[in-house]
Parts: sequence; C-alpha cells; structure tokens
Amino acid sequence: MSDPSAYAYPSSNSARLSTTSSVYTDGRQNRTKSLLERNLNRTKGAEVSLSALSFLFSEMIQYAQKRVNGIQDLERKLNELGYRVGLRMLELLVWRDRNPKRETRVLSILYFIHTALWKGLFGKQADSLEKSTENEDEFMISDNEPILTKYISVPRELSQLNCNAFIAGVVEAILDSAQFPARVTAHTVPIDGFPLRTTILIKFDKEVLEREEMLK
Amino acid sequence: MIYSLYIINKAGGLVYQRDFAEQLEKLSSNDYLVLAGTFHGVHAITSKISPVPSSSGIEVLEAETFKLICTQTLTGTKFLLVTDPQHQNVEVLQKKVYDLYSNFVMKNPFHTPEMPIRSDQFDAGLTKLISEA
Repeated sequence: MSDPSAYAYPSSNSARLSTTSSVYTDGRQNRTKSLLERNLNRTKGAEVSLSALSFLFSEMIQYAQKRVNGIQDLERKLNELGYRVGLRMLELLVWRDRNPKRETRVLSILYFIHTALWKGLFGKQADSLEKSTENEDEFMISDNEPILTKYISVPRELSQLNCNAFIAGVVEAILDSAQFPARVTAHTVPIDGFPLRTTILIKFDKEVLEREEMLK
Repeated sequence: MIYSLYIINKAGGLVYQRDFAEQLEKLSSNDYLVLAGTFHGVHAITSKISPVPSSSGIEVLEAETFKLICTQTLTGTKFLLVTDPQHQNVEVLQKKVYDLYSNFVMKNPFHTPEMPIRSDQFDAGLTKLISEA
C-alpha cells in the first residue's frame, strides 16, 4: 500500500503566487481579485505599462539573440515567439467580439487584423491596409509608430533586422488558425516624419486565393 | 548655452560624449577617456573628504568660462553637463537627459550595460532636447 500522505494536497497557506495579482497593478485593479478571476471582456484599466512591456520584449530579443546565427534566424525566432501570442489573441478577440463570427474572406480577415487585433494589442488601429500592386497574393499592413519597438535602436551591423518580426508572427498565427495560411514578414519602410514606420507583408498561399476566387 | 554632455559608467569609463557647441576644441578620443577617468577620481575624493558623512560628492563646478553639473544616478552612472556660467535650470535638463537615457538606452536590447552607448534614437532625442533648451 502506498502512503496516502505522499499525495497530500498543498497546504492552504502556500498560495500560488502566479495567480494572485502583483503589486504593479495597485490602484488600477482590485487587488483581492486574482488574474484568473478577472472578467476576460473587461479591458479598461487592465492595460500593461509600456515600460514593463519594453523591458520584457528587450529581454526576449536578448534571449533570442544568444540562440541564433544571423539576422534571418533571429527574425524567425521572434516570429515563432509571436506565433504563440497570435494563437491566443485570435481566440480572445473573437470571444470579446459582440457578435463573433468566423471570417471566410481575405479582405475581412485582413480588416479584422488591421482593426480588432491592433486595438486589442496596442489600443489603436493600424495606419494602413494596402494590396500590393505587383503581386496578387501580397497585402501590407503598416504602422507609422510601432509601440513595441518604440525604444529600440537597431545597430548598423544589424540594419536588416526589424524587431516587429514578433508582430509578423502574431499576424501569421491569426491567419493560420483562421484557415488563411500565409507567410508574414516585417520590414522597415520609413516615410517623412515616421522613421520607424513598419510594414507587415502578408503573402498568402496559393490555395487561399483559389478559394477566394471560388467564393466570389 | 549647453557645451557638452559626458556619461560616465560606475567604473569611471566614458560611455558617451557629445559636444553641442561649435567653438569647442576637439580632443582625441583618448583625451576624453582620460578626462572622464580623472573626474571619476575627483568625484570619489570629494565624497570621501567631505566633513559631512555620506556626501554625494561634487555636484557643481563653477569656473570663469564654464559651469559643470554632475548628477549621479542610483546605479553609479554619472551625467556631466558642461554649460556656460550663466546657464539656469540645468536640473530640469539633467532630468530630461536621464529620461532619454532610461528610455532609449536602457530599454534597447542591443545595448550592453556599462558599455559605450550607440543608439540613434538617443542621439536624435538629445539633438531635439538641446535645440529646444
């Protein structure tokens, strides 16, 4: 017979710290409510400090940088990290939507990303949504001042790098899970007054456009 | 009129130096390092010989042709601003420089602490700040 005490439940005073709200939310959240008890649909007052986010993202880049060879590898790694966020964001945003539905057309899912995703992540819409004039299967979503990389200055030897590869990963995950498989990359496209302007380039798979053709 | 800015790390190494006035004589990069190291030593001595215990060390150095204001952060980084002797309200400016530093240097993943600062956005922010001052 096994000793039943080996399966003893954790005592009540060893409360799991991760489920209690941290002191950083003091003044904005009711401290007696744990993160898991908060209403998923209430976003007001649940914003995260930009400094905290910037430091966390900075550490993520430094972590990724130690484990890659070259810029492309680093962007791929950031893309993977973003992918995990995107999977969850789609679920959350559809859940928060007043009349949720599954997008089936290319333009409506892109508009969802341009508006709902950007509002959910950054509190504002993306600045533009364009269709490529050169390639049928390419679309671009641009942000004039990407919040996530606001404080990041990329050194000259890495000038090809755009840390918004993370956001590209988020977008790719959303498109993937909504059955619009695509390749998504981030590029710096500065214009007057917005030196950090970033374009998220979306290249859909062939099957997506074929299906779109059938739905017309 | 702001003449120049020096940022010295906690070990006495110069991590950032920039002149904002045209008429300043250019020194060799080694000389700037020596200057920073010397000031670091002077600062350490002044905090030790102070009659008051736990002195923060030299804060202002006023000369006939310039004024030097030093602020030390909690981590031991020193910001030196060299201005003309009549300049007022340097504290406000120092605070804004520290603000830029904590945003565009410390939050930049490509910056290594205690190493020379290379950040385009920090440079641009300083240029804007000094031109407005």
